[in-house]
Amino acid sequence: MNRERNRFREREREMGMERLRELTPIVKEALQNTARVANFFCLLHFTGAYMCTVAKLVGPSMLPTFNDGNLVLTERITTRSEKVGSGDVVLVRAPDDPRKVVAKRVKGVEGDVVSYLLDPKKTDELNTVVVPKGHIWIEGDNAHNSHDSRQFGPVPYALLHSRVFFVVWPPADFRSVGNKVLRF
Amino acid sequence: MANGNFIWNVGRKYFAAGVIGLAISDRYASLMAVRGSSMAPTFNPYERKSSRSVSDDYVLVEKLCLGKYEFVRGDVVVFRSPSNYKEKNVKRITALPGDSVHLPSFDTVRIPSGHCWVEGDSSACSLDSRSFGPIPLGLICGRITHVEWPPQRMGKVDSGVSEDRLPFTT
Repeated sequence: MNRERNRFREREREMGMERLRELTPIVKEALQNTARVANFFCLLHFTGAYMCTVAKLVGPSMLPTFNDGNLVLTERITTRSEKVGSGDVVLVRAPDDPRKVVAKRVKGVEGDVVSYLLDPKKTDELNTVVVPKGHIWIEGDNAHNSHDSRQFGPVPYALLHSRVFFVVWPPADFRSVGNKVLRF
Repeated sequence: MANGNFIWNVGRKYFAAGVIGLAISDRYASLMAVRGSSMAPTFNPYERKSSRSVSDDYVLVEKLCLGKYEFVRGDVVVFRSPSNYKEKNVKRITALPGDSVHLPSFDTVRIPSGHCWVEGDSSACSLDSRSFGPIPLGLICGRITHVEWPPQRMGKVDSGVSEDRLPFTT
């Protein structure tokens, strides 16, 4: 009786080990694939956060340079190494809503003197501002329909997100972006 | 040949580990050393004559709050200084958009939308919103939840604001 029980238990153990051996390569492959996917996402994050990313522009504030719906390539190397200068088109985190990222042109960096029309529709009065240390002055190319530094003041440099350097969509607008405002 | 292959494999593994570590510390949580005593007694409660890095407090900074930017009064946050892009400061949020803060000079500041008022726990030696005004919430790059070092002060960070610092909410 005991011998039979022992033999039964031994067979059970053997079957259990066999099943484990069958599953091991599958589990191994599943873990490897998960690692590959995780690696891929981390690489994507690295590229997006430190090098280059795509953005869709909305709104009329950068007409005629950009239209609503343009897809642009933006790079973060210039912004991280503090080489952003006057005339660059940049993506900035809005000071009045941190969840929004807006595209504007840099009109002045720290130390620059910036003049702007107080109210383009009514008066010709100019207001002159010195951009304080660590800040930049941004304005949309469409002066009549742009909510920018003329309303919310100079923006701290750390709110800069990235610099726009290429338009990729629609194909008719495919071109590189410079630091001159298009004038028609 | 075998050596070159070995170095390539090891290098690849380190690079992969580095990229994963970077992604985790950027998106989820990271460890940071707190310098200075403007947040005493919450961090670095003992004033030190020399800034030896061994005696600094190490804290856990969580980055999940940067998705929605929803903060409450009393959160201790890490933010980039508005006057110096490279510097990161640690202070406590005492007022949110819409609140009115009373300054010691009897002025009242209304916090505009998208901004917040930050103050250090140690009013005497803290350079904060009382000097540079309300800061945009977009400058914040993390929220401190726990102290991880030294072991005797390990634990959750208290997220309350003292009575006399409470702003007037509208």
